[in-house]
Amino acid sequence: MQNFDFVKPATIAEAVKALNSGDAQALSGGQTLIATMKQGLAGAETLVSLTGIAEMKGVCQGDGGLHIGAATSHATVAREVATTYPALAKLAGGIGDPQVRNRGTVGGSLANNDPAACYPSGALASGATIVTDRREIAADDYFQGLFATALDEGEIITKVIFPIPEKAAYVKFEQPASRFALTGVFVAKFAGGVRVAVTGASNDGVFRWTEAEKALSANFSAAAISGLSVDAGNMISDLHGTAEYRANLVKVLTARAVTAA
Amino acid sequence: MTKLSMTVNGKAVSGEVEGRTLLVQFLRETLHLTGTHVGCDTSQCGACTVHIDGKAVKSCSIFAADAAGANVTTIEGMANADGSLSVIQQAFQDCHGLQCGFCTPGMVMTSAALLADNPHPTEAEVRHGLEGNICRCTGYHNIVKAVLTASGQTVAAE
Ligand SMILES: Cc1cc2nc3c(=O)[nH]c(=O)nc-3n(C[C@H](O)[C@H](O)[C@H](O)COP(=O)(O)OP(=O)(O)OC[C@H]3O[C@@H](n4cnc5c(N)ncnc54)[C@H](O)[C@@H]3O)c2cc1C
Ligand code: FES
Ligand code: FES
Repeated sequence: MQNFDFVKPATIAEAVKALNSGDAQALSGGQTLIATMKQGLAGAETLVSLTGIAEMKGVCQGDGGLHIGAATSHATVAREVATTYPALAKLAGGIGDPQVRNRGTVGGSLANNDPAACYPSGALASGATIVTDRREIAADDYFQGLFATALDEGEIITKVIFPIPEKAAYVKFEQPASRFALTGVFVAKFAGGVRVAVTGASNDGVFRWTEAEKALSANFSAAAISGLSVDAGNMISDLHGTAEYRANLVKVLTARAVTAA
Repeated sequence: MTKLSMTVNGKAVSGEVEGRTLLVQFLRETLHLTGTHVGCDTSQCGACTVHIDGKAVKSCSIFAADAAGANVTTIEGMANADGSLSVIQQAFQDCHGLQCGFCTPGMVMTSAALLADNPHPTEAEVRHGLEGNICRCTGYHNIVKAVLTASGQTVAAE
């Protein structure tokens, strides 16, 4: 691995300064970045650890729902939102394994936007707001394809605001070796309608299944989507599952999520 | 190189590290605590599991510098003060929870964190809790049995 200077600021302001002076990259839980650096696929002259910034950690109720610091670990989210937002707690508690959950963070997951990651579907279905050091980005504008997001160079997520739905569930069909989602569906029912976000399935990363949203907003039951079908045209096809298999999973998992919600 | 200090198994330690030095390298190569193993080096197998401030983490996937000032426990810190095996270690021995032993330090560390969090887990909770630890030898049954035994629960003979 290429060597680098390691800095661990205590405030967001210091972190932003370090990230915007020269070749620098943010490090959160390191559960994705360190492996990528070992492969020589990532690297910078300075690595700026975000895990020493108290104002980026923890969960509280605030304007618009749950405010979750970007450097909050999956394990902490799973524990802290268990009663306020059980579907999100289940998502966080189902990521990887205990050791990964003790280090990996919500900000790191959303910044990375892996097409098979869990958090992007939770954030998109919840209609979350991604708060950065300089602006607020609606989840609908934030996810821009495989590993692509609305974040600019040197911009960091500081917290994520999750509106709390009336009912919700996340159902993940686990790829047993990686424990990522082979396909995962997050369904969230709000007073104003239902949002359905799908991860692990599309070549364009997380997406909203709008036809199902419409049907479920009129009738929140698994039966409401039984007549729908998902186009396999743009689905991921790999040795774990064909595009048709994933398209079918989207429908099956959506029905399961509605039943579980 | 920068100087790094932390507490390992209750003792204050320090040493020189580069930015890229992984915690597991610091433990094994600088402190010569070679009980922590590297299996995959990619955050998959859990052989390198240690505790940071009581929480199980994979030491191949954290930079040593990120653990500055932390309280780290490795397998070398698990035995009782008089040198006898801890309840968990003894249970692994009694239940044949190991064969080659390569995964065992990580298994013991993850099990200890699991039991600290949940002193009387069900079998399913033990299996779920050990998802981040891979064993190529035992087939897991005796490991699960060891953890249940260590928790004081009676395990039916097979
Ligand atoms: C064995 C294993 C199993 C896993 N299983 C799952 C799973 O089932 N589901 C799932 O969703 N994920 C899974 N993951 C991924 C895990 O959730 C990671 O923790 C996560 O994707 C990245 O978060 P991190 O905090 O570790 O980020 P890092 O690895 O530190 O960073 C990832 C990227 O995000 C950037 N970044 C980090 N924080 C910020 C921020 N606040 N603002 C801007 N950019 C930032 C970094 O520069 C880097 O590019 C798994 C990982 C492993 C190793
Ligand atoms: S060596 Fe760290 S997880 Fe395998
Ligand atoms: S005992 Fe050999 S790998 Fe587990």
